[in-house]
Formats: sequence, C-alpha cells, structure tokens
Amino acid sequence: MKRAGGAAMTGLTRRTLLRSAGLAAPGLLLGASDALAASPSVRDIVLGSGEWLSYRVHRLIGSEALAREFDASEMSPKFRTNGNTRPRSPEWRRQADEGFASWSLQVDGLVEAPLSLSLAELKAMPARTQITRHDCVEGWSAIGQWTGVPLATVLATTRLKPAARYIVFHCADDFDGTAYYESIDLVDAMHPQTILAYGMNGADLPTGHGAPLRLRVERQLGYKHAKFVMRIEAVALLGPVGGGKGGFWEDTIGYDWYAGI
Amino acid sequence: MTELVAETGQIVRRHRLSTRIWHWVNAGTVLVMLMSGLMIFNAHPRLYWGAYGANYDPAWLEIGAAEGRGYLRVGEMRFDTTGVLGVSAHDGRRWSVAFPSWATIPGGYDLALARRWHLTFAWLLALGLAAFAVASLANGHLRRDLAPGRRELAPGHLWDEVKAHARLHFPTGEAARRYNALQKLAYLGVLVILLPAMVVSGLAMSPSMDATLPWIVDLFGGRQTARSVHFIAAWLIVGFVVVHLVMVLLSGPLNGVRAMITGRYRLPEARR
Repeated sequence: MKRAGGAAMTGLTRRTLLRSAGLAAPGLLLGASDALAASPSVRDIVLGSGEWLSYRVHRLIGSEALAREFDASEMSPKFRTNGNTRPRSPEWRRQADEGFASWSLQVDGLVEAPLSLSLAELKAMPARTQITRHDCVEGWSAIGQWTGVPLATVLATTRLKPAARYIVFHCADDFDGTAYYESIDLVDAMHPQTILAYGMNGADLPTGHGAPLRLRVERQLGYKHAKFVMRIEAVALLGPVGGGKGGFWEDTIGYDWYAGI
Repeated sequence: MTELVAETGQIVRRHRLSTRIWHWVNAGTVLVMLMSGLMIFNAHPRLYWGAYGANYDPAWLEIGAAEGRGYLRVGEMRFDTTGVLGVSAHDGRRWSVAFPSWATIPGGYDLALARRWHLTFAWLLALGLAAFAVASLANGHLRRDLAPGRRELAPGHLWDEVKAHARLHFPTGEAARRYNALQKLAYLGVLVILLPAMVVSGLAMSPSMDATLPWIVDLFGGRQTARSVHFIAAWLIVGFVVVHLVMVLLSGPLNGVRAMITGRYRLPEARR
C-alpha cells in the first residue's frame, strides 16, 4: 500500500512534468521552425528539396501523361476568378475597348522566326477544346471548358533555337507596377493539352479569366496559368528573367516554380 | 528477447531499433505535417465533396469569421469558436484566420513556406512509412507483434480489454511483454490505414500525379473529396496521438518513453 501511494505521487509529478513538456513541444517546434526558415538557404535549399524531388520524379514517371478531361455535365456551375481580374495597363484597356481587333501576341526570344499573331490569326489555327479541372494553390478546384491553340503549334511555326529551355509568358496585368509573368519547361510547353486559350465555356475568354488570351497548363497549379498574355519568349535560363525564379509569385512570395503538386 | 519467464520488475528488450527510429522520426514528421497542413488549410478554409469545389459551391465544413466572431460550421451545425478558430490573437492583435498562429507552421500567414515544409516532410513521411513497412514485414514485427490473433479479436476479449483500460488496469508481468489487442488495433490502424490514407489522399491533390496515375484520385471520387479525406484522416491521427499520449502517461511514462528510446522496458509489477 505504501509503495502504491509512493508510485502515485511520483506518477503525478511526472505527469505534470510531461504534460507541460507535451504542451510546450508544438510551441518549441514552431519557434525553432520559424527561426530555421528565416535562413534563405534553409528556406530555398532544404525546404525546397521536396518540390525539387517531386519535379524530377514527375518528369521521370509521367512527362507525357494527359490530365483528366471531363464531361460537360461535370463542369462547375460557376467558375470563380482569381488574381487580377482587369489589367490597369492603358494599352490593354484601349485594345479591350476595340474588342482586341488591334491586339497581337508577340513570340520571340530564342526562336528562328519571331512572330506576331493577331487574335483572328490565332483563332484560324487548329484549335483544341478541353474540359479540365483547375486547381488553385490555395486548395479550391473548378472545372471549365477551354478552347485555344496548342502552344506546341505556335512554337513549331516560330521554330525554337536549340538553346531554348523555357517558355516565358509576359502579361498585361500587374501587381504594384510589376507585370505578371510565368514560365514553364519544354516538357509542359510541348504537351498536347498546353494551350493558349481564347475561349472559355463556349464563349470568348471573359475579362476576369484573362482576355483575350491565357495559358492553360493543365498539370500544374493555377498561378502557372498566366492570364492576359501579351508576349511569349523562349529563353535558355530563368535567372535573367524578372527576379530570377521564373515567375511573379515565385519572385515575390516564394511559391515554387514547379507547381505540379 | 530473454528466454527466461519474466518476473515482475524484470527489464526486457521491448522495441527493435527500426521501430524506435521510425517512431521518433515519424513523431516529428507528423507534427510538422500537421502544423504546416493547418497553415495550408488556412488559405482556403472550406471543404467539399466531389471533383470540384470553390467559393460558389456548397462546403460541408467551413471555418470563418463574421462581425468579429470566429465560427466553425459543419453541415448545418455552427459553433462560435472565437479565440481559437476563425478569429484569434496573433502578435497581440486579433485577426481573422481559420487555425490560430500557435498551431501553424510558419506562425504567420505564409502559404508558400507552409507548402515547402509540407511537401518536403511529405517525402520523409512517405519514405519513412515505406521503409518501416518493409522492415516490419522482413523482421516479423508485423506478424509477431502487431497482427492480432483470432482469440484476441473475439468480441468478449475485446470488451474485457476495453473494461480493463477504462479502469486503468494495464497488463502486468508476462502479459506486458506484448501489445494488447487494443494497442495492436490502434497501431495497425495508424500504420496500415491512416498514414497510407494521408499519403495517397495527398498525392491525389497533385494535378501532375492525377494525370500520371488517375486511379489515385478515382479512389476518392474526386480531388476535393481527397482533400476532405486528407483533413479528416489528419484529425484521426491527432486523435490517436492524444489517446496514445494519455495512455503513456497513465501506464508509466518514464518506463514507456525509455523503452521507445533505449528499447529496454521494465515489466510492471502485478497489482494486488
């Protein structure tokens, strides 16, 4: 009996001790994790390793895989917009007022034959229509129908130089004066479902979704799908583009460049 | 393991090195995954069923703020959660965020950094689980220590164990060498169901993996269902951890923690 009482006493003290330790653990972890992540090398190299590994593995096991295409009956009743919904650029606004009649897409950089394509010329090219799921980095998904020209068709017309490794999309919208831009590798650029979309859900691409032309890169998250595309540039390296990390959100808040997961 | 019949108070070898390493790596990994996952959830604190789901679509679960009060809504049920969910204090200020900053990695709103923590530790979780599963199959841990016998699964036996646990009567002496049936079921449930469900439902949220291995998202019936399952399974793991910690505290915490660090376990003495 005496011994049992003694055990209960120590048990209680230990319990109190361990309970405080248990409660403190997440707090300590949080403090330590925030301190660690304050270091750019931890943030970019250590904590970036998962994304790097995912990119390599995805390229290894499924670089040709097609994204699921849905039936019209499976579409979202209402497809929300995200990011900028109307560029402030006076040039874009003038072109929008004219129904984009004088708008044109520039294709340049490391290409044999730089090109300028009007909206009518793009619409005259062989088109692809696909009903796909759009996944935002924040977590929501919406299913919509997109019509446009495969990027590979446009790039075949201009013919990439051998040094070209990435395709950069320069956009008309901006955040605090910095124009939006994004970039993808050639595996995604040549993928049959990667299209320059001018149509959505059977109509012209609405302003909020990036009129007159947006990128659809169906195996990646929403921020890669550049809207209000004005210029496409083929480059060898992403370093000299913008802040060097390949996209507006990559440069400003640290989203990962490869957004397949 | 000693061949002698264990006397009470005797020290025996309890946990293999592979079990001990995995336990602690996994404990840290799961905590990082949970806290960074809560931050990711904060970016869109609504859950849906099906392939799609966004702000215009009905959410079965939502954490939000209205007129300065935080709430959790599950279906038709709405709870005022001001102070913890929806509205909480951060740096001395009240702000509107689903899960409070003390529960998330990083502590403030940073989706980009939370994703880096989550998607890097996800590899550790998945590869650690795979390595432990292979080791446990190879060394017999799964068959010998974790798989419950037919007699242990008999309803009468399980009910006896539930009653014993409720009275805080834990196995002593020779019986304390092995996991009891409730322990086996709990550990197997986490190892074979919950952790794999976390990994697979996580992969199902990847648009690239959905293209490469479409059956993954089909298992759940849609990406937003997979996201909901991911959230529910995460809280079931939290539930397991809470019960696990309570049981460790009640059944002799120092002996239990020492066994999981050094492998050596003192068989508890029989109750009189």
